[in-house]
Amino acid sequence: MVYATNSTLLTWLIFTPVLGIGAILALLALRPVAKFSQEMIDQASRAIGLTATIIASLLGIVLWRGFDGGSTGLQFVHHFVWIRDFNIEFFVGVDGLSISMVILTVFVFLAAMIASLPWFGKLDDHHPHFSKKRVPGYMILFLLLETGVLGTFCAQDFFLFYVFWELMLLPMYFLIGIWGAPTRTESDGRVRGGPYAAIKFFLYTLAGSVVMLLALIAVYYTSGPSKLIDGTVTAHTFNIVNLIEMSRAGVFAAAAPILGMQFTKVIFVALFLGFSIKVPMFPFHTWLPDAHVDAPTPISVILAGILLKTGMYGILRFNMQFLPDVLTWAAVAIGVLGVINIMYGAFVCLAQKDLKKLIAYSSVSHMGFCLLGLAALTPQGLSGCVFQMVSHGVISPMLFLVAGVIYDRAHTRDIEGFGGLATHVPEYAAMTGLAFMASLGLPGLAGFVGEVLVWIGGFGSTDTTFRWLVVVAIPAVILTAGYYLWTMQRMFLGSFKEKWSHIWDLTWRERMTLYPLAIVTVILGFWPAPVFDLVNTTLFHLLSIVKGGV
Amino acid sequence: MTDSLVRILPEIVLLAGVFALLALDLLWKNEASRRTALLVVSVISLLAAAGVLAGSSADDVAAFSGMIAVDGFARFFMALFLVVAFFGVFLGYASDEIPHERFGEFLILLFCVTLGLFFLSKAQNLLMIYLSIELVSIPSYILAGFRRGDRRSSEAALKYVIYGAAASGLMLYGFSLLYGLTGSMDLAKVAHALQSLNTATPGTHLVMAVAVIFSLAGFCYKAAAVPFHMWCPDVYEGAPTPFVAFLSVGPKAAGLAALARFLLVGYGPPTGAHALPWPVIIGILSVATMTLGNVVAIAQNNVKRLLAYSSIAHAGYLLLGIAVGTSEALQAVMMYLGIYLAMNMGAFAAVMAVRSMTGSEDISAYKGLGAQKPFMAVMMAIFLFSLTGVPPFGGFIGKFYLFAAVIHAHTTFFYVLALIGVLNSAISLYAYARVLRAMFLDGPEGEVSAAPVTRVITAVLAILAVPTVILGIWWSPLIAAIERSSSLLH
Repeated sequence: MVYATNSTLLTWLIFTPVLGIGAILALLALRPVAKFSQEMIDQASRAIGLTATIIASLLGIVLWRGFDGGSTGLQFVHHFVWIRDFNIEFFVGVDGLSISMVILTVFVFLAAMIASLPWFGKLDDHHPHFSKKRVPGYMILFLLLETGVLGTFCAQDFFLFYVFWELMLLPMYFLIGIWGAPTRTESDGRVRGGPYAAIKFFLYTLAGSVVMLLALIAVYYTSGPSKLIDGTVTAHTFNIVNLIEMSRAGVFAAAAPILGMQFTKVIFVALFLGFSIKVPMFPFHTWLPDAHVDAPTPISVILAGILLKTGMYGILRFNMQFLPDVLTWAAVAIGVLGVINIMYGAFVCLAQKDLKKLIAYSSVSHMGFCLLGLAALTPQGLSGCVFQMVSHGVISPMLFLVAGVIYDRAHTRDIEGFGGLATHVPEYAAMTGLAFMASLGLPGLAGFVGEVLVWIGGFGSTDTTFRWLVVVAIPAVILTAGYYLWTMQRMFLGSFKEKWSHIWDLTWRERMTLYPLAIVTVILGFWPAPVFDLVNTTLFHLLSIVKGGV
Repeated sequence: MTDSLVRILPEIVLLAGVFALLALDLLWKNEASRRTALLVVSVISLLAAAGVLAGSSADDVAAFSGMIAVDGFARFFMALFLVVAFFGVFLGYASDEIPHERFGEFLILLFCVTLGLFFLSKAQNLLMIYLSIELVSIPSYILAGFRRGDRRSSEAALKYVIYGAAASGLMLYGFSLLYGLTGSMDLAKVAHALQSLNTATPGTHLVMAVAVIFSLAGFCYKAAAVPFHMWCPDVYEGAPTPFVAFLSVGPKAAGLAALARFLLVGYGPPTGAHALPWPVIIGILSVATMTLGNVVAIAQNNVKRLLAYSSIAHAGYLLLGIAVGTSEALQAVMMYLGIYLAMNMGAFAAVMAVRSMTGSEDISAYKGLGAQKPFMAVMMAIFLFSLTGVPPFGGFIGKFYLFAAVIHAHTTFFYVLALIGVLNSAISLYAYARVLRAMFLDGPEGEVSAAPVTRVITAVLAILAVPTVILGIWWSPLIAAIERSSSLLH
């Protein structure tokens, strides 16, 4: 199928943050001439950053309003030849899967941006706050990250996808490294902190993605003749739509084996490696606790809320849509790894003393649901997988925000160190409670819907192995409730410790980020239809392909 | 003869430049204005050479009875060397390591090396290859030891000479065996004779293998590839930085170009029953080179040494392209070198800038640079990320083309090499990240000197950063130019 340009909206959306970067750079370039003070530069950078993210969110709403949920094809396509020599095109478009992630992205980034401003509320002046450090640089990298993420979700050209995918790494490295926790030596002598976490994140993801690069090239040279959008006939293609069609026609299944193994399987594993490191899937998850804990609050929010989803998105787009046959082959293995994620994450959470580390490991556990739901290959499982991506994308930002709230005031996240906070900061306690309940899957909140769909989907699979997997994984629900409630008890109940009497309740800045997320959590809990309206047509179409129906 | 002379017009112009510089250096009495005059004359001769090169006919012919081949491949490399020399001149002008009164000397030697590079990229005859390598090497030894009072500079020169002598001796031995086997010095005739070699004679295979492996010594030495890389870190550390910036791109590119010509023209594709499996030899050298370079780079505390090992690693990537040996791979190598020129010279320019501020080349001297001198630090970061091969920088495109060519070979051997190659990118990140971390993530240690950086270095940094970034997003013109000029004369 040929998708010609019918809208430039997506391109505007993806590159709106880049325009913001341009504005900040112009500001910096004008500085010697116009004699701006440092304070003016900082405030103006913040204003530009906020404006750019707000505009991106508005464009996201326009996109949502204009999207036809009943169609399986790509919409809002912008398509032109980029590098003719290598048949690389600039090709962006959204289907149900992409658009749900795009909308999630623009709103989580907006929340993270608000959390990056030292405005609308008191900050502890005795401790340096990340939001007052090298502000223009922070804003530039933040906006670059947003462009990278949006591009990843919208790219329909494999090369373009890869460029955006890698574009996310560079700003993330600096955002964690510069604005994250300073280097410290832990009690067991290990040196940890932002710089360590940043390079660990970068190395893990880069190692995964360079292998993906080889897969990308191998796919390109195996693909059959195709056409560029201007009609030029080419020998090979990066066009994902065409690649998927070729895959369905058996072009890749018939390709010469690599190292004695079936071509499609090698490609599948190479791609899956790159994506599953980002998810993160056991045993590649070890970068996550470090990165999440030592990143500044808004960056943890983005990491958990959005970056993990790019990995899952890649698995759905490439491992599932592009190589459906191999997915059926690998389904049980993925399901087992998903269950390990769920159970392992939950057990590790029980042992955590640091609130942020607990939340980080809970992400490992919850992303396991996505893997299990996908592997079951049932409509419910798949819907559950994507719904879990969305709900985790809303709930985990809340969790990291509440962790940030207490850290900004107490400068510690040691769960045992608190106690009885509920009477002292009731609004904060209520918000934390809501976030915890949503995360543990309380019915009526968003977390429940995804989880229950994954259970149903797993149980409904024709492959009875999945029933056993569900049975093995279900105790995680109890563990999850256990670690969250225990944390609640240790932090908020019991006797109040006087040393925390200086702690103040939520400020408007925190309300502006927490309340909208809370409202979405509640709405999606009772009425998940908006998400399903967006994604289900696409997903069921995908599933029918995997099942060989089309 | 006149025909042949026309073919080397760019070299003649360059030689005229050398004489002009020599005369100027001797005759211009006013010390203060002499430097400027020398700079102007050298820029004019480089521009003139570039003009002559651009105006020369685009056909591929042999000159001087087949001693040199004037083909698209050579013309591309000559253009590359002119750009390298151009930046070398400006870096030398801005450097505090080149004494002002000896700037003329520096330029003359630099031009002589460039002349050697020109011939090396064209040499079509074993003797010519040897002579060109010597023409590159001998002025290089002097340049390495340019800072006479500095022990490390003298040490660098001595090491360079000893390794150079050993490598060229080995190469000469290989060449003589090759001549004994084939009865010719001309690469095309060597290829022809090797094809029809009577392999029934016992020992022929052994002699052939020895001939090839020994011949490789000279090329590997110029390209700083394993096992002839040992001189590299010491020379880079001791020699004046502007020359190191030049050395890390120019002679490396010329060595690789000559190697490509030697293998592709002199041996041809490794088909047939008696063919020598040179792609395997080069492939193994390539992964050994890149892995050694990247792994050892991690342990370096001096940025120039770090960049030395990084340049060894890059020689490894480039050898990978030569091992594949297809025209596509050759284009990828040329592409990579074009981008490598910008990013590597840029990185050395940044090293010079930091040296002029802090007087040190240690990684610890970079601490807090991101806060103190954001422009400089961001430029350095761009070059280092590009060297790592991360989008959206040029280095990624270079690697992409290279690995595309390797994967396109569709053999198990090359799949494995490609895998080792890309994993090397991840390793190299760790090495470069130590500098990035010092610049941005660690706070400044003590007071950072606020000594201003000269405008020339700032300008060079900015000018080199432009292609490093642009080529990562839009490289169609470069690849189109390379496709036009990748023809090798057989």
